[in-house]
This record gives sequence, C-alpha cells and structure tokens, in this order.
Amino acid sequence: MTAELGEIVVAATDIEKYFGANHVLRGVTLEVRKHETIVLIGRSGSGKTTMLRCLNFLEEPTVGTVSIGDITVQADPLRARTRAHKEQIRRLRLQAGMVFQEFNLFPHMTVLQNCIEAPTRVRGMAKAQAVELAESYLEKVRLIDKRDEYPARLSGGQKQRAAIARALTNEPKVMMFDEPTSALDPELVGEVLQVMEDLAHEGSTMVVVSHELSFCREAADRILFMEDGVIVEEGTPEAILEAPQDERTGQFLRRFTA
Amino acid sequence: MTAAGPVAGTDAPILDRIAAAHRADRRSFLFKFALTWVALVGALVLVLGLTGNISTEFIASAGPFILGGATITIFVSITSILLAVVLAILGALGRLSANPVINGIASLYVSLVRGTPLIVQILFVYLALPQVGIVLDVVHGGILALGFNYGAYMTEIFRAGIQAVPSGQREAAQALGMKDGALMRRIVLPQAVRIVIPAIGNDFIAMIKDSALIYLLGVQELLWRASTIGRQRLASLEALLIAATIYWVLTIVFSFFQERLERRMARGDR
Repeated sequence: MTAELGEIVVAATDIEKYFGANHVLRGVTLEVRKHETIVLIGRSGSGKTTMLRCLNFLEEPTVGTVSIGDITVQADPLRARTRAHKEQIRRLRLQAGMVFQEFNLFPHMTVLQNCIEAPTRVRGMAKAQAVELAESYLEKVRLIDKRDEYPARLSGGQKQRAAIARALTNEPKVMMFDEPTSALDPELVGEVLQVMEDLAHEGSTMVVVSHELSFCREAADRILFMEDGVIVEEGTPEAILEAPQDERTGQFLRRFTA
Repeated sequence: MTAAGPVAGTDAPILDRIAAAHRADRRSFLFKFALTWVALVGALVLVLGLTGNISTEFIASAGPFILGGATITIFVSITSILLAVVLAILGALGRLSANPVINGIASLYVSLVRGTPLIVQILFVYLALPQVGIVLDVVHGGILALGFNYGAYMTEIFRAGIQAVPSGQREAAQALGMKDGALMRRIVLPQAVRIVIPAIGNDFIAMIKDSALIYLLGVQELLWRASTIGRQRLASLEALLIAATIYWVLTIVFSFFQERLERRMARGDR
C-alpha cells in the first residue's frame, strides 16, 4: 500500500471482448496510477484473465482503447494484421511486463540469458549494461545464485521469480501478473508472493489477477471484483474483503474464507 | 531410507542384491543378443561361402576400391541433409505463413516433390536439365536432387516441430516486445530444432541409403563402384555384398550416434 499515487499509467476504456458469440468482457473500464497495485478477483470465467491479456493485446479486444504510458492503442480486430497496428501493439507491450501462470521461461536459455534477451535484442541495450540490470533484479528476487542455470533445473517458485526478474529487466511502466501462483505447489507460493509484496511496497505499479487474498490484504491498494465480464465492485482491501456491498462479491469471498 | 537388512544366507543388503541381479540379467541378455547376431551372420556368410562360389581374391582386390566410394556416399549424404534442413526450415516457415503467395510456393514445393518419385527427380536433374542448357556436375546434381527431395519431406517435420513449441513461448516473447522475426529466430526455431532432431537423424540414415540412387548419374559412390567393377569382372554377387555390408555398417554407426544425441537432448530436458 503506497501512500502517494502518481499520474495514470494504465487506462483501459470500455473494453469488450467476444470469443465467437461468447461475450466475455462487457465494457470494462479501469485506471491504474503510478505506484498503485490493483488486484482483479472473481470466479473462473468472470473475465479477469481475459481483461489482463487485453491490456497488452495478447488478446485483441473486440472494442475499446488501452493506454499504457504514452502509448494508446484502439482495438481494431478487423485491421489486426496491419504492420502499423502491430508495431503500435508492440510498443504498448514494451511498457508492460507480463508474468504468466505457466512461467513461460525460454527453456533453451539460462536465467540470465532469459533476462537480457529483450533488453539487448529489442531495446538495443548494451550487453554489459543489460547484465548489470538483470543481476540487480535477480538479486531482488533472490535468485542471483541461479543466474547460469537452465529453467529445467529450477523449482516452480524459482521459475516464477526468474520470470518476474525477466519482466523487470525490460523496465516496464507496469507489471502485470496472471495468476502467478496458481501453477505452484502450495509450499512454493509464499516465496513468489513475498517478492510481489516487496515490489508493491517499493512502489511498483502492478495489475494482478490472483486468488491470493493474503496478497490482497498485504499489498493491494485497490481490489476490483469481476463477474460476468463487468467490474461489479471496487474499493480498498478493507472495504471489499470485510464489508462487500454487492451480494455476488460476498458470495465469492465466503467460498474462500469458509 | 537405508537398505533393508541382510537376508538369510548372505551378508549383502537386499537392495544391493536386487541391483546386482538386474545387472546380471542385463549382461546375460546382451550376451545372448550378441551371440544370436554373430551366429546368424556367421551362418549367412557360411552358406554364401559354400554355395555361392565367392571369390575371396575379388573381395581382397576390389574391396578397397568399393570402400573408397563410402567417402563420397558420406559426403553426399551430409551435404544433402544440410541442404534439406535449410530448405525444410524455409518450407516450414512458408507453410505456416499468412502470406498466400509464400504459403502457395511452399505448399507447391512440398506437393510436387512428394508427388513424384525420387528417381524421376534424379533423372530430371541428369537428363532433362541439360536439354534446357543447365548442366550440373554430377556430384552437385546428385546433392541438389537429394536435398530438394528430402527438404520437402522434412518441411512437414519442421512444421510439426514449430507447432509443437508451446504457445506460451510465443506469448512470452510477444509480451517482451519481440518482433515476429526475432521471435521465430531466437525463441521458436531453437526449440523446434530440438524437437525434430530425432526425426532428422532418421532421415539422415534413410538418406545414406537413398544416396545410392545417384549412381545413375555416374557419381562414383559406393553402389556405382560396386556395380561397375562387379560387372567388369563378372563378380556382381561379391561386389554387391560388399556394398550392402558397407551401407549396413554405415547405418549402424550413424544410428549409434543418433541414439546418443537423442539421449543427450532428452537429458538436457530443455
């Protein structure tokens, strides 16, 4: 929980998404300010992961506009393949670090190589500088001693921390986490959440999709509860977790705390 | 867990004894397996020696000449497989391309080559191309025909390999801002190559044998040497036996390396 919130970093306006005839997102608008950590919660199928993936156009929204930093992209599913549109999306993605449920580390590269791949090849950073940066982030996620290991040699928790370091090394304006602990053995969840909490407390801007209510309490500035493709309710962790106004939010939370 | 205690009649812990029994089984299997091969091959050689009036003099004098062709066979096979890999990667990218023209070219290549016999393609290079003024030296012509042919088959292998790379890998690269070209070159292809290496190894071994077909062009490889000297000296039986044995030994040797490579890839688990 960060005291001072800065300018708007992420703004998504009226996002709608259809998968075929399935109306998954029905007009979602959200803003994230600098240093803010927001958590999207909701039952599976509520559209929270789709919403996160729409923010960096891993899913192209059917309708809507996304701004991250100084890049704004309007959804345009009919022109999705034009070069200019793709380039605009690519520049948007450079502003957003993504951490996946399944880690998605590059298995043929060491942890360090994973981290410096994008900074050197995409952003044109000098290798020495990228290595220095990557090492500082590996230090932060407490994985510096594994810098030369291949992902196959790491535990799930270590893989996810390496994936976080990889995203950080690209120096994004916002970090996005898609259920980062759902693929982990229970005893490994804590080490990943700890890293995320540290990031939140240090003032990173974060959008998190998660079921971890402990993380919500510890690190979220705001919680957004989604159901049937809309945001039903949003507020501070205390407000949402202790005194939900909407019946559906209450139902959802009771299942978790029962 | 510590090993279970001694069993009656011995001091060795039971786990050690089980491991020793397994090793003994394995040794016994390998020994009998090898013995079977030696016996069968020995019997074959014996039968041939008794009934086929094999000329050992011919084998001794013509053997080295025929064996000399193995160098060319190996050279042609390796060069052709390299050409085939390059064509297959281009072909696979083409077959996966969203561009209809590129996709069309790649698909036509695969369809044409797979739809015609290899021997027709080889004769085409040798007999048909000169008619339109393209005269290739025979070794290059052979490599071209073999590489072109195998490239088409391997296109499908590479296409499957590229598609077998999990979509999360692409998404991770995209999320990091990588462009399509870098994504393919740096992330997808290196993983696809690891996936298809066993299949390429198989094709290489098939290539060693199919390379015999270019004897039709007059390339002085194994089969050409065997059939030529065999006919000259009326000893085709011996000559072809020598050639067959050399092909066989070559495939055994390369299969051995292929298996080791495969195992190393599996162990790396990357």
